[in-house]
Amino acid sequence: MAMRRSDEAARLTSDAEFHQRDRTIHPPAHTPVYKTSVLRSPRIPLWSLQNSLSEVTGPMFSPEELGPLDNDLLRNYAHDGEPIGEQIIVHGYVLDGNGRPISGTLVEVWQANAGGRYRHRNDTYIAPIDPNFGGCGRMITDENGHYFFRTVKPGAYPFRNYVNSWRPAHIHFSIFGRAFVQRLITQMYFEGDPLIPHDSIIATIPDKSAVERLIARLDLNAALPLECLAYRFDIVLRGSRQTLFDNKLHGS
Amino acid sequence: MDRPSFAFAYLPETPSQTAGPYVHIGLIPKQAGFDIFENNFSGDIAGPSVQGERITIEGRIFDGAGHSTRDVLVETWQANAAGRYNHPADGQRGALDKSFRGWARTGTDFATGVYAIRTIKPGAVVGRKGRRRMAPHINFWLASRGINIGLATRMYFGDEEAANAADPVLNIIEQPERRKTLIAPRSERDGNIIYTFDIHLQGERETVFFDV
Ligand SMILES: [Fe+3]
Repeated sequence: MAMRRSDEAARLTSDAEFHQRDRTIHPPAHTPVYKTSVLRSPRIPLWSLQNSLSEVTGPMFSPEELGPLDNDLLRNYAHDGEPIGEQIIVHGYVLDGNGRPISGTLVEVWQANAGGRYRHRNDTYIAPIDPNFGGCGRMITDENGHYFFRTVKPGAYPFRNYVNSWRPAHIHFSIFGRAFVQRLITQMYFEGDPLIPHDSIIATIPDKSAVERLIARLDLNAALPLECLAYRFDIVLRGSRQTLFDNKLHGS
Repeated sequence: MDRPSFAFAYLPETPSQTAGPYVHIGLIPKQAGFDIFENNFSGDIAGPSVQGERITIEGRIFDGAGHSTRDVLVETWQANAAGRYNHPADGQRGALDKSFRGWARTGTDFATGVYAIRTIKPGAVVGRKGRRRMAPHINFWLASRGINIGLATRMYFGDEEAANAADPVLNIIEQPERRKTLIAPRSERDGNIIYTFDIHLQGERETVFFDV
């Protein structure tokens, strides 16, 4: 009986193992161009862990946990009108490294308003707070891994890095996937933004082709004619091993 | 005949970017200073019907200059009191506590720098490929301004000395001194069980972080 339990756990963990993370496409921890990283970066190499159940599992969320307006940033904080700014749709697919859609995963977004100001007690930028804009939203991907939300295009804003450091327009994304090892926070940028080559946060990414994958493309096909433009941003999380040897007969 | 190609079509992962100073807006809006969603995720996850010993995990997160940070997002992922994860990949029979997701989210406080998670103590989890059990532990994930890619670590329990000594993950850490950075001492305050887990992002007492 003890053997059977152990066999069962064996097949469930080995099938679900994830490919090793390719760290060359991510920013390293220590990037002096982004000054804050200098004191917040571990200096001892990370210990590599082979996947156990602790890594191949992760929190699951259901659509019932969200409210009906959670993915509509034009309305989810509107009090006496609509937020100021260019209205846009952002949409895309969440896939894993094998190209398979990740359905049912939680996607959370946050951003500055059209003037580049965040609704946050620590943001003191001169642009005004928009009374009708909260600046955050969340959604669960559908069976095809698709997500979408409406918002206003965020403004650029300065930040304290060098004296004249500006962030290009961007939307912050948080994604879970299905496992602790797939957890990812990133930022989406807009095609054609002239600040992209000057940004110190983007410059933390050593691989320029990786940067391209953070830039959302104008998607005229998804635009609503006479109403708003759309941008497409696909997200790829780590892939797990395909099952090459089916050991499901063991212990059954 | 063409030679076989080694350019397999795997999609590269989307690169990480810092969560920035305003991560609270999206993930813990109440800490940012406003109320927007009806249902909020929190660091208080031991509801009334959850099985297990109630515990509080608290601590501070220090930067390389020894200052405690005031803006770090802290997420934890853990098994239930019987050592089972609420996830389909955990095939251990029975023992699923449907009222316990096992995931918590909070941030270090803007004023005090302290974070706190109220949860239950997890059981020992079956190890890699069904081998010996890992000592009870909680998986941590940190993101913030200045952290370019989320940092993963584990918290082990100070009162589990025998299990910790046999734990396969603690034992791969070469320097025994560094294993101690993952072990939280247990204490009691006003009748509550407290585990104190301070994290050092850098410096002499740098916490062990994992490439998972
Ligand atoms: Fe930002």
